[in-house]
Amino acid sequence: MTTVTIDKATRTPKVKYGSMSRDRAWALRWSYFFLVIFAIFFLTPPVYMLITSLKSSAEISAATNPWWVFHPTLENYTSLLTSNQFLRFFWNSAIVSIFVVTITMLISVPAAFALSRMRFWGSATLATGVFLTYLVPETLLFIPLFKMFAVIGDFTGIQLINRWYVLLILYPTLTVPFCTWIMIGYFASIPKELDEAAIIDGASWFQTLTRIFIPVALPGLIAATIFAFTVSWAQFLYPLVFTTSTDQLVMPVGIITTLIKGDVFNWGQIMTGALLGAAPPLIIYAFLMDYYIAGLTAGATKG
Amino acid sequence: MADVALRKVVKRYDDVEAVRGIDLDIADHEFIVLVGPSGCGKSTTLRMIAGLEDISDGDILIGGDVVNDVPPKDRDIAMVFQNYALYPHMTVAENMSFGLRLKHYPKAEIKARVTEAARLLDITDLIDRKPKQLSGGQRQRVAMGRAIVRNPKVFLFDEPLSNLDAKLRVQMRIEIKKVHQKVRTTTVYVTHDQVEAMTLADRVVVMNKGRIEQIGTPNELYHKPATRFVAGFIGSPAMNFIPCRLEDVGGTLQIRLTDRIAFALPPARAARYNALPRTEKLLLGIRPEHLTESHAHLAPGVETFDTVLDVTEPMGMETLVYFGLDGTPVCGRVDPNAGAKDGAPMRLAMDLNNMHLLNEETGVVL
Repeated sequence: MTTVTIDKATRTPKVKYGSMSRDRAWALRWSYFFLVIFAIFFLTPPVYMLITSLKSSAEISAATNPWWVFHPTLENYTSLLTSNQFLRFFWNSAIVSIFVVTITMLISVPAAFALSRMRFWGSATLATGVFLTYLVPETLLFIPLFKMFAVIGDFTGIQLINRWYVLLILYPTLTVPFCTWIMIGYFASIPKELDEAAIIDGASWFQTLTRIFIPVALPGLIAATIFAFTVSWAQFLYPLVFTTSTDQLVMPVGIITTLIKGDVFNWGQIMTGALLGAAPPLIIYAFLMDYYIAGLTAGATKG
Repeated sequence: MADVALRKVVKRYDDVEAVRGIDLDIADHEFIVLVGPSGCGKSTTLRMIAGLEDISDGDILIGGDVVNDVPPKDRDIAMVFQNYALYPHMTVAENMSFGLRLKHYPKAEIKARVTEAARLLDITDLIDRKPKQLSGGQRQRVAMGRAIVRNPKVFLFDEPLSNLDAKLRVQMRIEIKKVHQKVRTTTVYVTHDQVEAMTLADRVVVMNKGRIEQIGTPNELYHKPATRFVAGFIGSPAMNFIPCRLEDVGGTLQIRLTDRIAFALPPARAARYNALPRTEKLLLGIRPEHLTESHAHLAPGVETFDTVLDVTEPMGMETLVYFGLDGTPVCGRVDPNAGAKDGAPMRLAMDLNNMHLLNEETGVVL
């Protein structure tokens, strides 16, 4: 009996650990291989944008190696950053995004709290309904929405079409359902005893939300905020349809409509504008990346 | 501090009755433990007292006032949860003072109360830590601290020790008892662990299937159980139930267990059971500690019989022996030096002065 146990203890680990590490080494090699391929695939466009943005129009149209800058210049950057028009687009985008994020959070956080915690008749159906509205594509909605706003304008005299603030009504139709859904999931991962303890401690529903749920669900809240910001910053179809005057345009549409004149593409400035436009979300992501990932994986593990 | 009363309290979920009409009077300063198997309605009852569940029928009174429709925060109660339910983003001090801060108590008084509670629970050093930096036992102390600082009328405990390991559970059990001796707040404590119930309670309420089986002090429940459920639930190892019947042999009342084994009842017991019909199907309830090894000099009412042991379990201070009587498994407790061995014959003594007789059909102790 004793000899058998000693035998096992000395022999089995060698075989086991040997094969484990060999498996692991191969798994690592394969994952690096695929990660490098993906990195190249996804980083090529931004790199190409950066290269092009540093070239003059002459160099872009010249038949040289497109992957190398022979005469680097910042003229695209200076001309865009000194152009009132471009700064106007940037400003419009910033204002719209900040307002949309604020509106979205003010609606979706209390909505998610109510749907996940205050059991009322039809709350489960309503929660599913909220998510279903997110599944309706915007390409399907913009024509009826345009018609609606036109009718409202005709009847009330309130001009909504071709005003930047119409976007404050339009974007939340995309952001509110998704953010509500994220927050429902996040709130659901908070143990029920926590709000019961708060209720017994004397907190109202509102105090439970502001003093317990929001601080505890902060990673989820940040994830939802980043999502709302990204959606409203990058939204293209709605502003293209609903705004036309150059002083009302947001950046993605502004770049396309003002830097493409007929069939003349001002590639250097288009690439520069796109890079500058991508900067704010990138900076926000870089700072809040850890929170964002923690938020998206919440609910997978309780904690 | 206040007394608590439940009057015919019922809880219905759709068409399932979780609690079926409970009457209970809890005196001021009393430590009451609700105990029973899972699904017996004990937690639901506690949550109804807390106000976290609506009452389907009946009344709950705290300090003489009906609180059926009073929200939890106005009932002046404090609750300790199984998973502690500490606010993870707050320090220990902030956790404990949360309720007081919501009620806008003066800062000095909050500080004094938190310091006092922390001293009482021996967590003064942890006051600035976050819950995740604490061990399970420390978290449970903080949860108790949060209840104590509020100085409520009633403490409610919902299985507070179930998440702790066995050793810590024993330690915290003593802590809870000490705290109650100091603060004397009326306490309702829910557990499924009968040892916890016995050690902590002034009175134990045994619940089963949404009803109260018996209310009594730990000793009453142990020595005078009212039903088969209570007799089997309280005590470990559990009471043995052996089918038997009564018979008259030569003017004395006998209890017959098997064809071979029949004992004359001690006079006090004979008088008590004499009126029972001899045809009735009965169960002999006898605790393992009243089934011991045989001695040369036996007290009156102690009868011996021979059996063959199936299994023995040495526990150190005693040895548990298992054997069969006509197919009914029976457990006894003998001295570790009595020579009990697996598969060996042994002479055992049954102390009939401590027997119980139950109606097999109704489960009522006669």
